[in-house]
Amino acid sequence: MIEFSIWDILRNLLLATRWTILLSLVSFVGGGAVGLLLLFLRISKRKAVRAFAKYYIELFQGTPLLMQLFLAFFGLGLFGIDVPAWLAAGLALVLWTASFLAEIWRGCVESIARGQWEASASLGMGRLQQMRYVILPQALKIAVPPTVGFSVQVVKGTALTSIIGFVELSKAGTVVTNATFQPFTVYGLVALIYFALCWPLSKSSQILERKLNVAHRNH
Amino acid sequence: MTYIFEFGWLAEYYPQILKGVLTTLQLIAVGAVLGIALGTFCAWARALGPSWLKPIVAAYVELIRNTPFLIQLFFIFFGLPSLGLQLGELTAANIAMVVNLGAYSCEIIRAGIQATPKGQFEAGASLAMTPFETFRHVVLVPSLQRIWPALSSQVVIVMLGSSVVSQIAAEDLTFAANFIQSRTFRAFEAYIVSTLIYLCLAILLRQALVVVGGFIFPRRAAR
Repeated sequence: MIEFSIWDILRNLLLATRWTILLSLVSFVGGGAVGLLLLFLRISKRKAVRAFAKYYIELFQGTPLLMQLFLAFFGLGLFGIDVPAWLAAGLALVLWTASFLAEIWRGCVESIARGQWEASASLGMGRLQQMRYVILPQALKIAVPPTVGFSVQVVKGTALTSIIGFVELSKAGTVVTNATFQPFTVYGLVALIYFALCWPLSKSSQILERKLNVAHRNH
Repeated sequence: MTYIFEFGWLAEYYPQILKGVLTTLQLIAVGAVLGIALGTFCAWARALGPSWLKPIVAAYVELIRNTPFLIQLFFIFFGLPSLGLQLGELTAANIAMVVNLGAYSCEIIRAGIQATPKGQFEAGASLAMTPFETFRHVVLVPSLQRIWPALSSQVVIVMLGSSVVSQIAAEDLTFAANFIQSRTFRAFEAYIVSTLIYLCLAILLRQALVVVGGFIFPRRAAR
């Protein structure tokens, strides 16, 4: 039997970590773009548009990410598209991330004082101008800590894509376990790598939040 | 598109689905009760406990909150047997959920404890209560009441997250969907049905937690 050193295991896991990082970035950036669109829909003046965004968010937050991955993986196939695992994984994660980011950002936009909307309207600004020049710059400041905090959920969410066969850190963990028969070491290392990815994000989110609170107290 | 949807299998496989739903409910019931209990203990330890316990609890909370549930589950189910701790799949799933929710609810409950006005601790002390008695009789219930909505959301998130326990062959709702999928090749229908059931479960669970909250906290919290 071939002997595997810790370094052999770690090296293979780290190679797979690249895919976890890439998928997290794609999901976060794509989810941010779709989430921004959803945010505009969610605070639209039209009731039907608002309702659509509300139900979208409810649907994606009220069902397991794993089911969304399965549906993207098997569902797209129905339309005659050959779906590789990375596409299904990326698509489901983007849509899932968007629903959470839209809801987080809505809270930030709604926390902006009403007077700001009224003042900008009285200057003759249109809805988009109000958002662009008055509301979003202020909301952005509040939005940074929870958004960074949510990025941790995205990184952890990518672990589920191993189940539909996308080879990232978790899948690599399973593969390496099957080769080495050392589940304790392998999954321990996998957990530590995830921790190394997520903990800096969690910590910086906390620090940013504390800074923001201090800034607000000085008003 | 020539695909024709077919839900005829529902009649044949509903016992599997029902069993899956019951397993999912059992998992979240045990997970929620024990997880919140563990979270309460950890919150007490982190906010008011002895100083030697604080870093241990902090390490546990940070470790769990920054690793995926799937990996925690695999570590418990596949990793621990090499230390001689063999667990059945349902036991492993239950333990993983309790450990997971324990860490998350610790942080939520701690926020509730820290929002307690200082005067309440002082009032407890002036009645000659020990710090623990003050915590138990004065601080705990209003703290829980303050963060009950956040705690409820976390319980729902953990319930939805429990769908991955199918990966260690615990026979929950997702396991039933996979089973039906492999028997009938009706993947889309099987997953759409179970997704809708999860959605209903999430909505019902949220409502149930509001009702439970009303039972535990009959009076308004003193602010």
